[in-house]
Amino acid sequence: MIRQIRHTAAFCLVLLVALLVNAGRIQVVDADSLDDNPANRRQTVARFEQRRGDILVGGKAVTGSVDTGEQLRFERTYADGPLYAPVTGYASQTYGTTLLENAEDSLLTGTNPLLAPLPFWNDVTRGRQPGGRVATTVRASMQRAAFDGLAGRRGAVAAIQPSSGRILALVSSPSYNPEQLSGTGPAVTAAWTALTGAEAQPMLNRAIRQTYPPGSAFKIVTAAAALDAGVVTDVDAPTSVPDPYVLPGTTTTLPNEVDGCDRASLAFAITFSCNSVMAGLGVKVGAADMLDTVEKFGFNDTGIRIPSGVAASNFDTEMSDDQLALSSIGQFDTRATPLQMAMVASAVANGGDLRRPYLVDRTTSADGDPVSRTAERTYRQVMDPSTARRVRQLMVDVVEEGTGTNAGIDGATVGGKTGTAQHGIGNAGVPYAWFIAWAQADDAGEPAVAVAVVVEDAEADRSDISGGGDAAPIARAVMEAALAE
Amino acid sequence: MTATRADPPPPELRLPKRRGVELSLLVCAVVISVFGYVSVGLGRNDAVPPDAARYGAGLGLLALLAHLAVRLRAPYADPLLLPIAVLLNGLGLVLIYRLDLETPHDQAAPAQLVWSTFGVALFIAAVLFLREARVLQRYAYLCVAAALVLLIVPIFFPAVNGAKIWIRIGGLSFQPGEFAKILLAVFFASYLAANRDALAYTGRRLWWKLQLPTGRVLGPIVSIWLLSVIVLVLERDLGTSLLFFGLFVILLYVATGRIGWIAVGLLLAAVGAFVVGSYEPHVHGRVEDWLSPFASIDAGQGPGQLAQSLFAFAAGGMFGTGLGLGESVLIGFAAKSDFILATAGEELGLAGLTAIFLLYALLVARGYRAGLALHHPFGQLLAVGLSSILALQVFVIAGGVMGLIPLTGMAMPFLAQGGSSVVTNWIIVALLIRVSDAARGPRPEPVEPDAAVPVAEGTESR
Repeated sequence: MIRQIRHTAAFCLVLLVALLVNAGRIQVVDADSLDDNPANRRQTVARFEQRRGDILVGGKAVTGSVDTGEQLRFERTYADGPLYAPVTGYASQTYGTTLLENAEDSLLTGTNPLLAPLPFWNDVTRGRQPGGRVATTVRASMQRAAFDGLAGRRGAVAAIQPSSGRILALVSSPSYNPEQLSGTGPAVTAAWTALTGAEAQPMLNRAIRQTYPPGSAFKIVTAAAALDAGVVTDVDAPTSVPDPYVLPGTTTTLPNEVDGCDRASLAFAITFSCNSVMAGLGVKVGAADMLDTVEKFGFNDTGIRIPSGVAASNFDTEMSDDQLALSSIGQFDTRATPLQMAMVASAVANGGDLRRPYLVDRTTSADGDPVSRTAERTYRQVMDPSTARRVRQLMVDVVEEGTGTNAGIDGATVGGKTGTAQHGIGNAGVPYAWFIAWAQADDAGEPAVAVAVVVEDAEADRSDISGGGDAAPIARAVMEAALAE
Repeated sequence: MTATRADPPPPELRLPKRRGVELSLLVCAVVISVFGYVSVGLGRNDAVPPDAARYGAGLGLLALLAHLAVRLRAPYADPLLLPIAVLLNGLGLVLIYRLDLETPHDQAAPAQLVWSTFGVALFIAAVLFLREARVLQRYAYLCVAAALVLLIVPIFFPAVNGAKIWIRIGGLSFQPGEFAKILLAVFFASYLAANRDALAYTGRRLWWKLQLPTGRVLGPIVSIWLLSVIVLVLERDLGTSLLFFGLFVILLYVATGRIGWIAVGLLLAAVGAFVVGSYEPHVHGRVEDWLSPFASIDAGQGPGQLAQSLFAFAAGGMFGTGLGLGESVLIGFAAKSDFILATAGEELGLAGLTAIFLLYALLVARGYRAGLALHHPFGQLLAVGLSSILALQVFVIAGGVMGLIPLTGMAMPFLAQGGSSVVTNWIIVALLIRVSDAARGPRPEPVEPDAAVPVAEGTESR
């Protein structure tokens, strides 16, 4: 029997080996795919097991965490949720995360390896550190000014510090309170259904995710291209573009809202917003040079991150001359995000040096130890500094004597450009009112802020909508808040 | 098989007792269990559980009493058996206590502690009063009668979770099938020990190595075995029927040395498993689950129990989340019983799981070791049978919750919640202690004068 007992023991050994091999298969080989199975609640549970780190505006947390005592323990709270929703996004137990909550998720939840005391520490312990904190570049006063200025009308505001690229305000309106989406359950589902179904699209971040035809505000880009390309050498000299201007290769004439555009100078054309002159200059610059300048401003760049992704602004790469003419005044297929247009104003204000816009100043651990700091970097040298100087003056003229007088501020130099963009089939839609501007205190060495405002108000009477009337006062309020800092 | 009388009796041979080793290992087992208990509290509430000292003292006292019984009445017993049992039982209590924290309205650890105490008490009683395992051989038919009664009685009680394997009297419930497996092991060992020559050498040769013994020899044992399996299938206790099947085949092979029996056994098992798996809806569902554990997820019904169990094992990884820090409670129903190994896998990781498997392996190996060293076939078969019960049970339930084989409801020895299971396992360890004491101790004088008839030199072939 000894032999048989040994055989049986060997059989048990085989069973043991099978168990151990199988355990290794599940716990090591297949572990990652099992962990990532969407039906596995563990990651969700672990994710909400501890307080989520906070997002700061001006050193003060605009977010919080509340202990619900449920399986998904901590839920996100928001102070001034609607005001900062375009910055923070939401962090929902049901619907995931967006914007900064999404871009900085690993830091906020504490899984970011940079938070660990040692490299690979989290890998070994499979644990996580306390959630870190994200300090934004946003200024509360400017955010508030922009939000109050829009007053619930559909639109957006983006404000940048030209010298650094810091995003000082990022507002989308109408907004929503992300706290409604924080938890789980029927209330959250109902809020989600209401928000996603709402005609006003409150969850759409119009400042960075929506593109609009920029209309006349785009003329600043065309002016810069014309000056850089040498098509215009003297801004006060008459151009050769006639009024009425017939779009090249067509019989369509391009209308002007003002008189005096016939062969007007670039200065006059910008100050009073002549369509004909700027369209004609765009054609003279030519598609290649226009595209070159336009892309230096950031158009057609799908990779802009602040760190949330910014929708690419569009300027077509292949166009006939009549399309180029329309594009040069911000029509046809030209589309821009409010942030993109703030970048245009910023580049002009900063001597042609366009700084890369960013929203996160620095991140720290929960204890305040620095984790990372966003480096200021140049995005592109968009134009020659002398060109920038001349375009700056053109923009100042707009505010001092042209269509943008509503944006003037005592004690500061303000440059701006209005825009009223046609859109819709046959331009039947209510036009968008644009205003892009920058402001420099008289006693300061550099501009404090560049801003872009767009107001799309379907309720308003069409004739009431204009960049100067609707958008410029909002821009002024934001710039005043910036200058008051 | 027995020593030749020609050898002179060894003068003053001092056989090692190793009781000191057992005591120090027991201290380790208790310390590790208490450490686990404390670490659950620290992991969950950042505080040492208030009754950690009481838990340690209780477990320590049980271990000490058991040790004293062994020291007194089985001084030559294998020193590893008791410490392993104490460690596994202590660890089981820690895991159940840990899962209790997630289910405040369903506390299982206190009852488990009571059952463990009862189990240890029976262990001590068995060690003290059963002087020689061989006497059990005399009660083989009593055992089999008791086993059949125990197996049949639950039919008259209502089903619990689809299986009619419980007896409920008052607030107490227990699974008679658990006790029946010891009784059946005793019967099989006894019957095969008595009839193994007849089984191996008489009867008609069917083909090649397969020889069909006469019905007179084979009949009783096959009918009893078939009867118990049929009862279990009726009660839908597949785990136990599989266990009986395996136990029978293994013992038959050990007793007769006929490979053919294994072939027949496996063939029968395959046919039976296929038939039951295809036509019995309860089992069919489990086979489906095993084949595609994530099917319910794809169907939008969320993960099933097996999928949750696999998630738990995966979450443990190499080193586990730490006691108290896993989420194996997501498994839900049966997390403390059938699926308790998943908690071990999640919170102790592959490292801890391997340690647990090795503890079981050591326990089983020590049982076989005792069987190898014994000098009478009943003891050998009993040691092999009891060890195989443990081995098969661990494999069937661990393989089931890890998706290696279809899931059959069974209790992880010592770890899982379940009173009858803990008590039964303590009795198994007591019998193994008894058997190993006989195997390692001084050779007893032959009990029956017949056995002393000298065997001619050189004819011992087995």
